[in-house]
Amino acid sequence: MKEPEKMRCITDHNFSTPIRITVFIFLFLLGPVFTLPLGFCEESAAEFNFLLPAPSHVIHQQYLGLSSDKPFSLEEIKTKVIIIEIFSMYCPICQREAENVNALFRLIQADPGLRDKIKLIGIGAGNSDFEVDFFREKYNIEFPLFSDTGLSIHKKTGEVRTPHFFGLSLKGKGPVQIFYSITGGFSSPEDFLHTITTESGIKEQP
Amino acid sequence: MKKSIPISVFGTLIFFLYLAVPSFCGSTAFGNKIYDPGPLKPIDSILKVKTGDKAPDFTLTSINGKEVRLKSFIGQKNVMLTFIPAAWTPVCSDQWPGYNIAEDLFKQYDTIVIGISVDSLPTLFAWTREMGGLWFDVASDFWPHGAVSDTYGVLRSDGKAERAIFLIDKKGIIQFIHVGDINTRPDLGVLVREMKKLNF
Repeated sequence: MKEPEKMRCITDHNFSTPIRITVFIFLFLLGPVFTLPLGFCEESAAEFNFLLPAPSHVIHQQYLGLSSDKPFSLEEIKTKVIIIEIFSMYCPICQREAENVNALFRLIQADPGLRDKIKLIGIGAGNSDFEVDFFREKYNIEFPLFSDTGLSIHKKTGEVRTPHFFGLSLKGKGPVQIFYSITGGFSSPEDFLHTITTESGIKEQP
Repeated sequence: MKKSIPISVFGTLIFFLYLAVPSFCGSTAFGNKIYDPGPLKPIDSILKVKTGDKAPDFTLTSINGKEVRLKSFIGQKNVMLTFIPAAWTPVCSDQWPGYNIAEDLFKQYDTIVIGISVDSLPTLFAWTREMGGLWFDVASDFWPHGAVSDTYGVLRSDGKAERAIFLIDKKGIIQFIHVGDINTRPDLGVLVREMKKLNF
């Protein structure tokens, strides 16, 4: 039986068995490295395959294009791009940033070319329904907010610090794809929106 | 020589892949100044008071230099004592900022808040400044170390306090106690529900 090419290559170098085993273990442990996309942080492991409860406000159901009051996945949102803010009512920067995020929402809604293509939602990491509602009322937040009391979504999205913004794209019927991820606030809603439209390529999409 | 190329190329590729994967992305909240002790024993003390008891009086110095005496609020306001384990730690750093934006809620239920920590005044001063300031008194239970915390039975064996809440009515009676898992925050909704009860 003919020996595989790669194995022959190693034996030609007279590598001993312990070295072979060491190299094998080394490469085996490195396996996961090859599955990681370059340039991402801990959110590279983020998963967005969770369900959110249907918004209690009809206006939010309409905003997301949801036709039922059942739990929904992100892929069911009628849009091309989703911006997710992972926030907490208790986080001082989230509090300070609330006005900027509201301004971002207004910018998107005011642009007829963007309002159907970009949807914004917030997920309150470790916050109860009461805390999320309190945050919504305190800062007059118009876009949908969801509680993540048990931190299950927070864990799936990489246990990021708050505030954290994800840009996700929806193409066809496939799963959402992450194209942008940043921890911390943004000083300019205009610049942030420009980044989102540029990074997602949404300006070029019909 | 020719046959050594695949191994060299492979090794170089692995090296650069290692460089391309950052191991940690920092937070902007409190910069990188938060000390994370990791998960702690949920509760490490035994309460020395119970609901229905008269709240033990105390006098502590607050970060604005004033003395805070519990007795001074009797007959005037309900009082919420919020003990936190330690400054500059993850959960604590995101607890009082929540109460800070809920000032109207506390006022609605005629309740004042006193934050108590076993940290020293300078530490508490710097920490709360980093939060952007707080509307309520923050008092130091540093010396004799943790004396007030111990009086209420929330001083842990390592000298920190529990994450504990005591709601005291205008007669000075303890009406609600929450000593929860030190690693998690109490739900603001529960506190509001209990404050409502104080006003009936």
